[in-house]
Amino acid sequence: MLSKEEVLKIAKLARLELSEKEVETMQKDLSAVLDYFEILKKIDTSNVKLENKDILDIEKITRKDEVLFENNKTNDWLLNQASDKKDDYIKVKAIL
Amino acid sequence: MELQNFTIKQINRGLKAKEFSAKELTLAYFDKIKKTDNEIGAYLGLSENLALKQAELSDEKIKNNEEISELAGVPCGIKDNILVEGEKCTCASRMLENYIASYDAGCIKKLKESGAVILGKTNLDEFAFGSSCENSAFKVTKNPHDLSCVSGGSSGGSAAAVASDQACFALGTDTGCSVRTPASFCGVVGLKTTYGSVSRSGVIASASSLDQVGPLAKNVEDAEIIFNAISGKDPKDATSVEFKYEKLTKEKPFIIGVPREFFGKGLSKDVEKIIKNTITKIEDQGFKIQEISLPSTDFALACYYIIQTSEASANLARFDGIRYGFSKRDKENLLDVYMASRGQGFGIETKRRIMLGTYSLSSGYYDAYYKKAQEVRLLIKQDFINAFAKVDLIIGPVTPFPAFKIGEKASDPLSMYLADIYTVPINLAGVPAMSLPVGKIGKLPVGLQIIANHFEENKIFNIASIIEKIV
Repeated sequence: MLSKEEVLKIAKLARLELSEKEVETMQKDLSAVLDYFEILKKIDTSNVKLENKDILDIEKITRKDEVLFENNKTNDWLLNQASDKKDDYIKVKAIL
Repeated sequence: MELQNFTIKQINRGLKAKEFSAKELTLAYFDKIKKTDNEIGAYLGLSENLALKQAELSDEKIKNNEEISELAGVPCGIKDNILVEGEKCTCASRMLENYIASYDAGCIKKLKESGAVILGKTNLDEFAFGSSCENSAFKVTKNPHDLSCVSGGSSGGSAAAVASDQACFALGTDTGCSVRTPASFCGVVGLKTTYGSVSRSGVIASASSLDQVGPLAKNVEDAEIIFNAISGKDPKDATSVEFKYEKLTKEKPFIIGVPREFFGKGLSKDVEKIIKNTITKIEDQGFKIQEISLPSTDFALACYYIIQTSEASANLARFDGIRYGFSKRDKENLLDVYMASRGQGFGIETKRRIMLGTYSLSSGYYDAYYKKAQEVRLLIKQDFINAFAKVDLIIGPVTPFPAFKIGEKASDPLSMYLADIYTVPINLAGVPAMSLPVGKIGKLPVGLQIIANHFEENKIFNIASIIEKIV
């Protein structure tokens, strides 16, 4: 079973605050699912060569970096969803 | 107005013959929702102003004897992870409880152009993570056939709305089972579309290499009309493909494969009986049935849950309490704002999936989990390529059992994941598959899964319209 410390380490990586009870639940639930994932050890993939295009059959999906769908209404709407803003900027806590 | 079994075609005829107006029809659906949805819980919110505006547009066209599309004036429900401009889009999460969509999703744009009437937003498992619709932060959608049972997930609200005549049709999304399982549990037609056939623009991402939008409908013909309307290239979704749906008009002598791996341990005897009876009936129609093998099936579920949770953990990193969504700002520093906003905004299953994905992608585990799963995914895809070299279509069960009791699997995530055993290989391979109602166990419907090769939805619709008549 995953230790409390292991769960807290993943939670920190995932930026998730967990209650003590949630940590216990995660220890149990994640361990059960990770044990189930062990089944993949039984399948031989030594001959599989991974290339990104194999999965989705899409080779090149780039376009020019230009604004295609400019819409001022959308800009305002998006800005207004932020929890805090100043003028046309989204405000965050000081980082340094 | 009698809404029971109202199909798109019947509504279209009724509107053209002026038996009722689109506005009257829309109001009748709202009336029905207000009467029955307290019990079922299919909708998270109604968009009455938008719906009436759309209905009036169709009525105006009919009045002026203008051509109307088959979907004009037809009332529908939209899964609440698909953006409809100006309406809330919650993903059934506290995180997005007050989020208002700033634009229309690609599929919504097309629906609006066709004149369809959007009644409201339907319930789902939070961020589409689940197979029962019990993981919604707001309510559990019940199965209209038995209120003590789940509606299936994650598009449970969409399936229940159609099954209970609270919408003529609905849109859902399918990442691993989410259109087909609720369609099977609620006895409606549900289609998981080919990856790339329908735009994902404006669909809140669960796992981007697996997600697809698909219709839930009263019958096969309706599902086909909706698929035709919403499919095609969208410049806003780089993975969408130039695709024009072409209906097959004649019956074809399809060879149909039945994978032996779909009839192993874990399949309920009652479901097996219904599926096998249906296969016999299909054979009686002159179709050749052939046993096939999809040898990697046993590994699909583990492969899926590694890839799904990995992609989801990356996609959900955007919910940081800063740009939109739930925010705990009363913290000392930025990291604490992130941790608290996400910790309190997400429900337990969402956290579980983010944790699993983060684990699979973390240093030291990446090769054993994520990379291995990607390799297995290729083998699963190869299984389907090999199978479709021999057969036109593949059929089997959708789920190992019919709708289960509310609460029955809620405390054991692994047993819930096992419900997806026959549906996830389809998303991993990117092929289309339908759930078609073919029988009942007591009150509870059972769906047949019909799978085709990439972009061969027309074969599915062709055979499904035949099977629909003989079951």
